Amino acid sequence: MPTNILMPALSPTMEKGNLARWLKKEGDAIKAGDIIAEIETDKATMEVEAVDEGTLAKIVVPDGTADVAVNDVIGVIAGEGEDAGSVTTAPAASKAPAPAAGDLAVPVGLQYERAPKMEPVAGQAAKPAAVNGHDKAEGGRVFSSPLARRIAKESGIDLGAIQGSGPHGRVVERDVKAAMAGGGAAKAAPKAADASQVQAPAATPAPAPKPVAASDETVKKMFAAGSFTEVPHDGMRKTIARRLVEAKQTIPHFYVTVDCELDALLALREQINAAAPKDKDGKPGYKVSVNDMVIKAMALALQRVPEANVTWTEATMLKHKHADIGVAVSIPGGLITPIIRAAETKTLSVISNEMKDYAARARAKKLKPEEYQGGTCAVSNLGMFGVKNFQAIVNPPHATILAVGAGEKRVVVKKDAPAIATIMSVTLSTDHRAVDGALGAELIAAFKTLIEHPMSLLV
Amino acid sequence: MADSYDVIIIGAGPGGYVTAIRAAQLGFKTAVVDREHLGGICLNWGCIPTKALLRSADIYHGMLHAESYGLSAGTPGFDLGKVVGRSRGVSNQLATGVGFLLKKNKVDVIWGEASITKLGEIAVKPATKSALGRPPIPAPKGALGPGSYTAKNIIVATGARPRVLPGLEPDGKLIWTYYEAMVPETMPKTLLVMGSGAIGVEFAYFYRTMGAEVTIVEVLPQILPVEDAEIAAHARKRFEKMGIKVITGAKVTGVEKGESSITATIDDGKGGLSKITADRLISAVGVVGNIDNLGLEKLGVKIERGIVATDGKGATNVPGIYAIGDIAGAPMLAHKAEHEGVICIETIKGLHTHALDRAMIPGCTYCNPQIASVGLTEAKAKEAGHELKIGRFNFIGNGKAIALGEPEGLVKTIFDAKTGQLLGAHMIGAEVTELIQGFVVAMNCETTEEELIHAVFPHPTLSETMHESVLDAYGRVVHM
Repeated sequence: MPTNILMPALSPTMEKGNLARWLKKEGDAIKAGDIIAEIETDKATMEVEAVDEGTLAKIVVPDGTADVAVNDVIGVIAGEGEDAGSVTTAPAASKAPAPAAGDLAVPVGLQYERAPKMEPVAGQAAKPAAVNGHDKAEGGRVFSSPLARRIAKESGIDLGAIQGSGPHGRVVERDVKAAMAGGGAAKAAPKAADASQVQAPAATPAPAPKPVAASDETVKKMFAAGSFTEVPHDGMRKTIARRLVEAKQTIPHFYVTVDCELDALLALREQINAAAPKDKDGKPGYKVSVNDMVIKAMALALQRVPEANVTWTEATMLKHKHADIGVAVSIPGGLITPIIRAAETKTLSVISNEMKDYAARARAKKLKPEEYQGGTCAVSNLGMFGVKNFQAIVNPPHATILAVGAGEKRVVVKKDAPAIATIMSVTLSTDHRAVDGALGAELIAAFKTLIEHPMSLLV
Repeated sequence: MADSYDVIIIGAGPGGYVTAIRAAQLGFKTAVVDREHLGGICLNWGCIPTKALLRSADIYHGMLHAESYGLSAGTPGFDLGKVVGRSRGVSNQLATGVGFLLKKNKVDVIWGEASITKLGEIAVKPATKSALGRPPIPAPKGALGPGSYTAKNIIVATGARPRVLPGLEPDGKLIWTYYEAMVPETMPKTLLVMGSGAIGVEFAYFYRTMGAEVTIVEVLPQILPVEDAEIAAHARKRFEKMGIKVITGAKVTGVEKGESSITATIDDGKGGLSKITADRLISAVGVVGNIDNLGLEKLGVKIERGIVATDGKGATNVPGIYAIGDIAGAPMLAHKAEHEGVICIETIKGLHTHALDRAMIPGCTYCNPQIASVGLTEAKAKEAGHELKIGRFNFIGNGKAIALGEPEGLVKTIFDAKTGQLLGAHMIGAEVTELIQGFVVAMNCETTEEELIHAVFPHPTLSETMHESVLDAYGRVVHM
């Protein structure tokens, strides 16, 4: 029985990877443990180890192929005594959806799939595999269980709009119930009729919703030929695009804005930095920034309003004990959000030095995944660009993100008379499924109190 | 240097050996450890050898009633040694078969008693365990011996053993567990069975059919406590008709042992005490998981009331240590263990899995009449807040049942009135343990009453009673 070699998932969030190169040729004998290929993602290059023995009968995805979906067949191994020449590519009969972000226990390793013994059929390899695309728009049948159909009909839910989690992508009861609860896995948008996609040997079940966008060719035709250059997306760009589309489409955002008076905080910051111990070269031991104080204030605010320090999941609300604050760091070609863990327990100098280390390593692209994955809230600061106010996009699994504007002198009314004060506008975006409007307001009010009474950051 | 594996499974029962074979299929370097026998209790001292005994009882019962079929069987009799011998033979044949399967799948067998010494490592001591003081079963050919072995993943599948009540400890002579009850040397004339779960009633039926006077004592108000009350009541009626005495809501509070009999004190729960004397007492008050001496507590594995806590896919709170089968909680059934093991190893592999829905695990009892069920009982379904449509069909309305001479039986189906979801199916009567699978598949495919009504059931079969029961739930029953 020939064994399909499937594209392995190198990390829990990996959906696609590049097949860098094969280290074995068709016809080569393979032992368990042999390194047979190299896979590349935006983060790493990994070796693929054989876990079965036989002969590499067929290379389905050649060297240098980009964006191979996890679980796609990349090659076929013929077993002992099987004629390698008679092995035809068996289209992957069932595709497990790529693991969702946050899924645990996805080991690095090859996934094998037993393929039924098949007689070679001319042209079969070129035939696109039937996938779980139960797409009404494409005229196909929606595969669903009778109970799922019954419940969907009674609840007025469009089955075609639900991504199935049953066998072969079949829509089952739990999918409909999840859709009724809101935020069920919405189905991928129909593919644009793009010549290059029609040629694809196997369509990919897209786990994340995609907007119905004009095809690349249509977009390019809007500009005169030669009036632009094309830069292929790197892994970070793709990750940013995918994560933000997902966030903005699945998270109901809600925004609250307040102005904070900064004068007391600026004065305190000056005192703190002036008193920093200096080493023998005269370099201060720390230099606390306004942003470091914002991080600390946000962490303490989340401790004061613990109902807002949460993560939404379909079944439950995760109530976090610590405030792990992600801080958006702009780096060439994109941005990354390292996390200050348990920020409420750390002093300003610790936060400050941790942030400096993170920022330096983020620019060198040397952050480890555990340093930028997770978190309960985030802070994004565009004040240094003179931005007055903006709304940030919640970055799941966070339920909130704070957008920080510039501190600037403004005329305010104090005791019924105009006065000058340094004001910083901040806008909190919340995932309304987890943090309702009033709760968001409570959180940002706590934040304002802490910023305007900055001594409380030292307690 | 210790031998190193991807997966080591402790326990070669139905959960353990099936998981081992699936692990090997997935490409893992796999070993399975056992201290006593391949195939576990199920194959050696449980499911399988009792089915062999019950088959003898069924045929003997047929011989006793041969005349009603127009047959003459002379004076029916039996040779107890041969009945038991056949049962042991069936077990041995299958245990050998498990050895072949493991070898074919290149799973190493390690013979001995395992404990987890630290994460990723087990120590195996020589096997000393043997049932009923019989000589220990020799290690299968090619098995590895005691020593230290390492594995990235350790799956604990050590099964369960009979629960012992204080003061009623089995002594192997007068007070039996299923071990002794399975290999009787002489036929007791009178027998007291404590507990009326599957094990209790199967032995009660076996011994009653072979001629013993049998009394069942059950502490709960109904026999077969996990079954639907209506089915349990039907079963009780049938048992009493065949001469089994059934006492429910009563407790054995003490036992006095005589030379060759016991006298048990029974508390009827209302303050009344009575005494029953019997040649033997079978203690069938459930089973408890084998979680001791494995090193689980030392490694911080979370155990709640004797059950290893898992995430529903076998993972414990300690990474790299998994638990499946009896030790991971009820129902303590072989088919549940097998399925849980497969989910566990596929999850380790990174395949897309769903936790086992315990509501969809069928349960079967193989006395005569047989009892089989899946899903919620009527009481449980009401408790869960469902509005119900309930169908019932008696075997008396089924042609095949009459032809077989098995006109007593009941199929009860329970639907959610709003969605048509089949919530539960409960059956009693001939061959129902072979029939229940139809409802199991239906539930797993999430059929509603509509598909079941449209499905064609072959005529004449007992399975038509299933169809009629569904029809009855929707007011369309034909043969009633």
